[in-house]
Amino acid sequence: MNFPILSAIIFIPLIGAFFIFVTKGEQKNVERNSKYVAIFTSLSNFFLSILLWYFFDNSTSDFQFIEEKKWMSGFINFQLGIDGISMLFILLTTFIAPLCIFSGIHSIKFKIKEFLIAILVMETLMLGVFCSLNLVIFYLFFEGGLIPMFLIIGIWGGPKRVYSAFKFFLFTLLGSVLMLVAIISIYWITGTTDVIRLLDGRIPQEFQYLLWLAFFSSFAVKLPMWPVHTWLPDAHVEAPTAGSVILAAILLKMAGYGFIRFSLGLFPVASDYFTPLIFVLSIIAIIYTSLVALMQDDMKKLIAYSSVAHMGFVTIGIFSLTKQGLEGSIIQMMSHGLISAALFLCVGVVYDRYHSRMISSYGGLVNIMPKYALVFMIFTLAALGLPGTSGFVGEFLVLVGALQKNILVAVLASFGVILVAAYMLWLYRRVIFGKITNPEIKEITDLNKTEIYIFASLVFLILFFGVYPKPLFNTIDISISNLINNYQADLSFHLVKINN
Amino acid sequence: MQAIPYIYILPELFLSVAIMSLLMLGVFIKKSFKLVSLLTILSLAFAIILVLNQPSEVVKIFNESYIIDKLSIFMKVLTLLFCLFVLLSSKDYIKNNNIDKIEYPIIILASILGMILMISSYDLIVFYLGLELQSLCLYILASFRREDVRSSEAGLKYFVLSALASGLLLYGCSLIYGFTGSTNFETIATNLNEANKGAVFGIVFIIVGLAFKISAVPFHMWSPDVYEGSPTSVTNFFALIPKIAAISVFIRFMYVPFINVINQWQAIIIFLSIASMIVGAVAAIGQQNIKRLMAYSSIGHMGYALAGLATGTNEGIQSVIIYLTIYLIMNLGAFGCIFMMKRENIFYENINDLSGLSKNHPILAFSFLIILFSLAGIPPLAGFFAKFYIFMAVIEVKMYALAIIGLVTTVVSAFYYIRIIKVIYFDNPKKPFDKNYDFGLKISLILSSILILVYFIYPSILTDLVSSIEVY
Repeated sequence: MNFPILSAIIFIPLIGAFFIFVTKGEQKNVERNSKYVAIFTSLSNFFLSILLWYFFDNSTSDFQFIEEKKWMSGFINFQLGIDGISMLFILLTTFIAPLCIFSGIHSIKFKIKEFLIAILVMETLMLGVFCSLNLVIFYLFFEGGLIPMFLIIGIWGGPKRVYSAFKFFLFTLLGSVLMLVAIISIYWITGTTDVIRLLDGRIPQEFQYLLWLAFFSSFAVKLPMWPVHTWLPDAHVEAPTAGSVILAAILLKMAGYGFIRFSLGLFPVASDYFTPLIFVLSIIAIIYTSLVALMQDDMKKLIAYSSVAHMGFVTIGIFSLTKQGLEGSIIQMMSHGLISAALFLCVGVVYDRYHSRMISSYGGLVNIMPKYALVFMIFTLAALGLPGTSGFVGEFLVLVGALQKNILVAVLASFGVILVAAYMLWLYRRVIFGKITNPEIKEITDLNKTEIYIFASLVFLILFFGVYPKPLFNTIDISISNLINNYQADLSFHLVKINN
Repeated sequence: MQAIPYIYILPELFLSVAIMSLLMLGVFIKKSFKLVSLLTILSLAFAIILVLNQPSEVVKIFNESYIIDKLSIFMKVLTLLFCLFVLLSSKDYIKNNNIDKIEYPIIILASILGMILMISSYDLIVFYLGLELQSLCLYILASFRREDVRSSEAGLKYFVLSALASGLLLYGCSLIYGFTGSTNFETIATNLNEANKGAVFGIVFIIVGLAFKISAVPFHMWSPDVYEGSPTSVTNFFALIPKIAAISVFIRFMYVPFINVINQWQAIIIFLSIASMIVGAVAAIGQQNIKRLMAYSSIGHMGYALAGLATGTNEGIQSVIIYLTIYLIMNLGAFGCIFMMKRENIFYENINDLSGLSKNHPILAFSFLIILFSLAGIPPLAGFFAKFYIFMAVIEVKMYALAIIGLVTTVVSAFYYIRIIKVIYFDNPKKPFDKNYDFGLKISLILSSILILVYFIYPSILTDLVSSIEVY
């Protein structure tokens, strides 16, 4: 197929953003038109990515839909291409973006035009991260996301938005600059930043450790891993609902994707060497942040800490380097993308109505918002990994993978599962059940039509992939097997070299 | 006796004639400021055409004391072009601040002549003559608003410190001449080696003088005060144009006469670079005056340029030239935004005056946003590519420490750039600024914002231009 479908998917939101940027006229008309343009571009992008999935060939582990254009005087080319792993992330991104736009249209009260531009630009940059097959292009998209996200938090955020936006920006920037040094070093060591060629050839072992650490510093901040996770609760709490959804559902996944694609693919020896470090940090993240989540009285903060814990599972799965673990971590990322988006939207629903995120402001919501109570329950149960929801599939596989590598890690991670159940159910009980203690919330209305559609689509996907996750496995299966084979081959190649 | 090759120095000859005839014009016709500044702009444009028509092969004339090569042509075009844009964008400011005297464009033109001589010089004497011509003009420009105490102070401060630096530079030149027996760059290069201790001593003095001119730490003390005190139009000029000539001379000195003793000067340049990056990043954090902040910002940027210079490779030079070009574009835009900060024809310089700009002037706020993120070096804007090339060159020669310090200071400096963005976008709006923008100002601001924004689409355009540049 000659049609550059990946470029189209990446740049359609940007074109939409440009159209919104140039619309002029009466404020009311401009806002209405911008909304239509944003909805139209993001939805058409979603359908285009479904089309991409349809054309996607499950039977090969090679990169597909490859595009290459001369870009920087020939030595760095604009290369795009996807395999099974990136395919799922693209779908997740194009699915979440319209949800953000729908929710933003309802809850954002001022500068709606700028907000839609920021979200669409953000979508372009996130898709670019998952499609790029050149380290420099990857870095460009990865870092470019800072600008719109900084503005989304800073302009439309809550009372402490300036502090949170600065913290988010500086933390992630500091983490990423080391990755830039590593990328340039790779260019001078191997003569290329082309990912396909780097995956084939081997980066010399003596360089791998430092390069791995440089990439790790960037991904660990973005993921986020303990102890550099502190920007996340602040950013989540202060960001508007749509911003939190993007952050939790996609931005964090960029780091997980980076671990799989780059840390494992390019530096197998170093990955093997540093696996204990990852396990220790992930276990601390799971148990410590779950305990912190138990103590939160702010709903968004609680969900933010639970994100850190869930991402701890993801890193354990990735570095267990077993097929179950890796597939589990990808499924976990997908389902966390859906569930955390759903939970943040749930908080957004009551926040839009009563303007409080405190758990203590609510209680007894089931009496006035029965529909809301139902969807919130489904998402709560999905978050704690109830069988039948997509959360279970991921968590279960991760634990199976971890068990093969290290029993202690698996046992400690299972404690996390219990803690998640504890704080999620407690949250649900305090917000939904009980008597209405706060008379002011009696005025709150139940879900409106748009919200019902948004939640229905999320509930459907979470339950569907909980019962029938096969389409997801089909897509990633061969790519994951190939990744593990390459990894083992590289590892034994280096071991042979050492022994001789 | 060979014929004097006038053809090769046409731009210089033309500029000299233009300066003198404009001076006569200004003296004999009353109230001729508008005419003179228009003719200045036209003669700059014509000089660009003359420079572009110069032969592309390397020519050394006047007993090999004057060189025309790709580097000098590129740098001359940059100088003339950006001077043109600076004059265009500061027109409104000049008119409103009572500095619309005929001397203003003429002195600028004279300093441009000095810079062009510096860029092409291939001999210590020619170099010094060019340097003095431009420096003397700059002293006058700094104190151009005579009735203003701050402006006079800036001029005086600049004069005293710069004269000292010139003295050191001249002393260095004489040491070099004394120990190598020549003022010609090429002869110096052949006679200079590490055993020649006296000449190495001279190199240090020359580097100090040049570092002063580009305001590298620890010779930067003058620049925040001069930037703040001078009229903004002059600050804009200072931030852009003299840097081109100074950087180009820096490249020429390090890579032609001193290339054989690279081990001696490399450490000095690395020190200057690291110190400038750190001071430029840290000292700017507390600034309230935007011109002062731009001074520290340009100190930091010169630190990055020096990092490229320290590599001693051809990639290093090319990265410096690319960095310089993008730096010029960004600063042109940034000062364009500063020129827009006026209410009822009074110009404001405080960062807090920008508060809530996005509400009243969305387009201006957006271009300021792009420029500031670009100055901070955030991809995919042009400023990122500038830094990217520098660090490509730095890491090629395995100076990892320099690269990591440079990138960490990027993060620190990002803080004060996004602080301005915070004021623009997150704070509550104040009274709106005037909307009667000058046409030239609008053009240069739009041009620089668009270039910064779309540079990522085809970054080869600059690298292709620069890749043929070598230093002779």
